[in-house]
Amino acid sequence: MKIGKGEIIFAVITVLFVASFFYGMAANPGSEFGGVDGAAEEVITDVTGGYEPWIGNIGFEPPGGETESLLFALQAAIGAVVIGYFFGYYKGKGRSD
Amino acid sequence: MHIMEGFLPSPWWQLWFVFSIPVIMFGMYRLNKLVSERRDLLPLLAVAGAFIFVLSSLKLPSVTGSSSHPTGTGMAAIMFGPAVTAVLGVIVLLYQALFLAHGGLTTLGANVASMGIIGPLAAYLIYKAGMKANINFYVVVFLAATFADWITYVVTSTQLALAFSSQAGGFIGLLQGFLVIFATTQVPLAIMEGALTALIFKYIIQVKSDALVELKVISQETVNKLRGISA
Repeated sequence: MKIGKGEIIFAVITVLFVASFFYGMAANPGSEFGGVDGAAEEVITDVTGGYEPWIGNIGFEPPGGETESLLFALQAAIGAVVIGYFFGYYKGKGRSD
Repeated sequence: MHIMEGFLPSPWWQLWFVFSIPVIMFGMYRLNKLVSERRDLLPLLAVAGAFIFVLSSLKLPSVTGSSSHPTGTGMAAIMFGPAVTAVLGVIVLLYQALFLAHGGLTTLGANVASMGIIGPLAAYLIYKAGMKANINFYVVVFLAATFADWITYVVTSTQLALAFSSQAGGFIGLLQGFLVIFATTQVPLAIMEGALTALIFKYIIQVKSDALVELKVISQETVNKLRGISA
């Protein structure tokens, strides 16, 4: 696909996003950039004086970070395959029509 | 924005199911109609669903020193409306609740409400208003997708603040606390998502604009204008 105005604007925003991340790293030294869901849990525990979830996890729980990142990567890969397949299909179809 | 299993006490988790279930039912009805009447549009639906799948799996670092993920729901909301997006949201949230211990089954109603319904509804309304006001299509898509993402996190903050305000002594203070965590972190992510969604729409216009015209997302004149062809 041709590089147009859209791609350039997207690239600029991406660069700004990455720059803001590096700024965030400098501004928060030692931060591991943990998830916000965990941070919210801490707030809940704090304000309630130790909230205990009334029910534990029901589904499968990944035993560790490795399995978790596998499943997240799988999720992204499945999505990317579907998107790529249909864009390729339509592009090829448009060319042969 | 995943509220973890058990982190919404009664009656809040039930209330959010009461809110979400009718919308999901209506979305399934719309989806059924779409699938039986317009089979040719199925691929576009798959792309919209896959986009949510990809984006909600990416945990991006933010300037605030924490990480969060985009939602990817703006695209589906613009093309198919918030009700159908709610159904797609259920699929993604179920996957993450069942296999990743991310979110939960009891909090599914609340999570669908924020990510699948209210965020997408904001996108849908912004999109319709922006197109009516004759603003550039890609700018409108950018705004709609950015706010779908951001509003989702505002809703999550509100849901948690509502549920715990009685124990924390005050709704407003608690809401501010959650907003600082969720909504501030989300700003750069939401902008990034808006830009990506606008770029993807450029490619959809290039390869499959007739489907968007059929779905009444965009008029043929606008397509011609965007492609630089005089109508």
